[in-house]
Amino acid sequence: MAEADIVAALRAFLPGDCVLSREEERRPYECDALTAFRQLPGVVVLPRTEQQLQQVLLTCSRLKVPVVARGAGTGLSGGSTPHARGVLLSCARMNRILEIDAHARIARLEPGVPNLRVSEAAAAHGLYYAPDPSSQVACSIGGNVAENSGGVHCLKYGLTVHNVLGVRGYTMEGEPLELGGRAPDGPGLDLLALAIGSEGLLMIVAEVTVKLIARPPCAQLVMASFADVHSAGNAVAAVIAGGIIPAALEMMDRKATAAVEPFAHAGYDLSAAAILLIEADGTPEEVADQVREIEQVLRSAGASTLRVSGSEAERLRWWSGRKNAFPAAGRLSPDYYCMDGTIPRRHVGEVLQAIERMEARYALRCMNVFHAGDGNLHPVILFDANDHDSWERAERFGAEILELCVQLGGTITGEHGVGVEKLNSMCVQFSPAERAAFAAVKEAFDPAGLLNPGKVIPTLARCAEYGRMRVHHGALAHADLPRF
Amino acid sequence: MAATADAVLAELRERVSAAHRTRQALRLRGCGTKDFYGESLAGEVLDLRAHQGIVDYEPSELVITARCGTPLSEIEAALAAHGQFLAFEPPAFGADPSIGGVIAAGLSGPRRAYAGAARDFVLGTRLLTANGELLRFGGQVMKNVAGFDVSRLLCGSLGILGVITEISLKVLPRPRAEQSLRLELPAAAAVESFNRWSALGVPISGAAWWQGSAWVRLSGAPPAVRAARERIGGEAIDAASAQTWWDALRHCQLPLFDSRVIWRVSVPGAAPPLGLPAAPLIDWGGALRWYADPAEDADVRAMACAAGGTALCWRGAAPAGRFHPLPPVLARLHRRLKERFDPHGIFNPGRLLAGL
Repeated sequence: MAEADIVAALRAFLPGDCVLSREEERRPYECDALTAFRQLPGVVVLPRTEQQLQQVLLTCSRLKVPVVARGAGTGLSGGSTPHARGVLLSCARMNRILEIDAHARIARLEPGVPNLRVSEAAAAHGLYYAPDPSSQVACSIGGNVAENSGGVHCLKYGLTVHNVLGVRGYTMEGEPLELGGRAPDGPGLDLLALAIGSEGLLMIVAEVTVKLIARPPCAQLVMASFADVHSAGNAVAAVIAGGIIPAALEMMDRKATAAVEPFAHAGYDLSAAAILLIEADGTPEEVADQVREIEQVLRSAGASTLRVSGSEAERLRWWSGRKNAFPAAGRLSPDYYCMDGTIPRRHVGEVLQAIERMEARYALRCMNVFHAGDGNLHPVILFDANDHDSWERAERFGAEILELCVQLGGTITGEHGVGVEKLNSMCVQFSPAERAAFAAVKEAFDPAGLLNPGKVIPTLARCAEYGRMRVHHGALAHADLPRF
Repeated sequence: MAATADAVLAELRERVSAAHRTRQALRLRGCGTKDFYGESLAGEVLDLRAHQGIVDYEPSELVITARCGTPLSEIEAALAAHGQFLAFEPPAFGADPSIGGVIAAGLSGPRRAYAGAARDFVLGTRLLTANGELLRFGGQVMKNVAGFDVSRLLCGSLGILGVITEISLKVLPRPRAEQSLRLELPAAAAVESFNRWSALGVPISGAAWWQGSAWVRLSGAPPAVRAARERIGGEAIDAASAQTWWDALRHCQLPLFDSRVIWRVSVPGAAPPLGLPAAPLIDWGGALRWYADPAEDADVRAMACAAGGTALCWRGAAPAGRFHPLPPVLARLHRRLKERFDPHGIFNPGRLLAGL
């Protein structure tokens, strides 16, 4: 199918400004927030209505044209990297809040609604939407569903999968599909759980129903310094073992605090090897109680200094450093590469020390910010994209961190998704039979294989090639890993 | 112990592979406490009780991993020793169920509306497939988005996709304080109140209504529970009586469950009373409504649909199947998944969906 024919077929029912076909119009869509992977899409469509969206799918299905959905383009794994001969389906213009029912505590949203806007709209009722990825100003709810996005408050409030009640949308063939809904535990298999985090491979979402919860009236942040990363890691385990589920539990190592402090002026202790940020929320009495408990545990766990936010301004200032960690990395280095492995919490110290050794080996710096409560690491590798060798080293450095996560019983991605970025790492985490099961799920939803092809599930050939390459680069990274 | 477990697993693999080769239907069974649940029972029993034992439990990780045949009571005792629990409060019917059965059925107790459902706590599974392969999905970590979330898909699958041989679950610390209250309220006012209190951030962990009384369980930090108790009012129930009530509700032991015909209706939590003459038992803050012995001509399914929900025939003869019928597009997806995971249809044929 020639590109001109696809464009003509789409223009037949879409208004002129909803189809972008000139190269300079398509250029902004060539990558998501992981800019190392770029591909100019065949054509970009921006439907405004659900009917238009369905029509796009019917047309593409008929013409056998691949479709890649895109929300706000803030993804960090190349999940919405376009297909050269495909349609890039942007949901950005389907951005209406369809309903907020304060009594039932739900919101019904089009996929392009930015995450933060949901909470802003619900604020008048004292409610909010809990998952808060750091890109929440921009990232869309449809993208959150595709990636099963997290944020800093997951330990207590859950991920997207715990906060979405239902989705309505279309199969690749343009057939309407409704999964979950306001009534809990419907009949049959839990296909909603499958759709959430499916990275645009199974269906296109046209409407999302989310759960809203009451905003806690009060929050306070405890900041603790530790002389070494091991004691910081142990302190995290001690908090959890003490029966405390804080609203947030974050760690930053010295490289991260040093990077953000000159620019965020958060007031971090730069002499500490690692700091913990632990948030308590609830009623003022509840928060006071929990802060006392947290302080006690941290003191026995060897915190060298402890501070409790004395005002809302101070709490937000302490958070600003954490939330600006990635932009800060951008000031230190021309480019940075953010990883997203998850490990059992008890291995935090070990992993951070292993990363330090890798820094020397790959001759690249790496700072660590970390959703410590969830065991979700975000090592940020600093490199220079203009130096191809530097990018290659960064990529290998990242892959080695992820392999270590798998080896320790963790996973290659906690919340950013596989996309195209972690296709090789999927070969490490999953056996051929497991990958075949993923492919079977994909086929059940999209037999023609037109939705976001080439993402998430690596081919056998790719994994074989990756296996050879890893050996080629000298000693196998983790010789004791089970091989396939 | 490990060697024994490996041997048991090897034997299970052998049985499944043989069944796959000979196209022999298998009826996956743990302790058999939920034989009543599902569309139909068919096939040769594959007893999974021998594959049992807690594999790993690290309280500071908030994760427990156990083999499918592990009794629920063993898991709950291990957790209780560290002040933790399964927050979805899985129901047990009469005897002690296996954890594999708990997850395969995917049923949750009174805390479901507030803490989450069984599937919300599933972190990872091992699946024995029809061709005898052992697959691992998810893991023992809180956050994991590598590949599709097959583990959660298996929760509530009633074994139709394969044998869940091992499960990792997120666990939570027991709330520091708990207080149950009883208020005399009509059903509609109770449901309205449950919703209103939740919107105000009252730390509810159970909200039910039965025979003129609303029951509210508050859980959390002591000051929060105290404040909520003052706000809601009603009669404070002593801990032992409260435990008796919530356990009876959780395990379906209230007198209503002696009825001949029972419907389990799931609706949006704030839905007004359904147009059925009998008064229901209401759980999950309004989202779950049990009806006993409805009038012969009452169309419970139509009523549930009208309220935006679905109806499951829990006991008694069910017109057109026990579970609420699936829309055609969903039924087709079920068939396609089943065909790919279990091409010869050996696992629990017809249990989740007739003909599947």
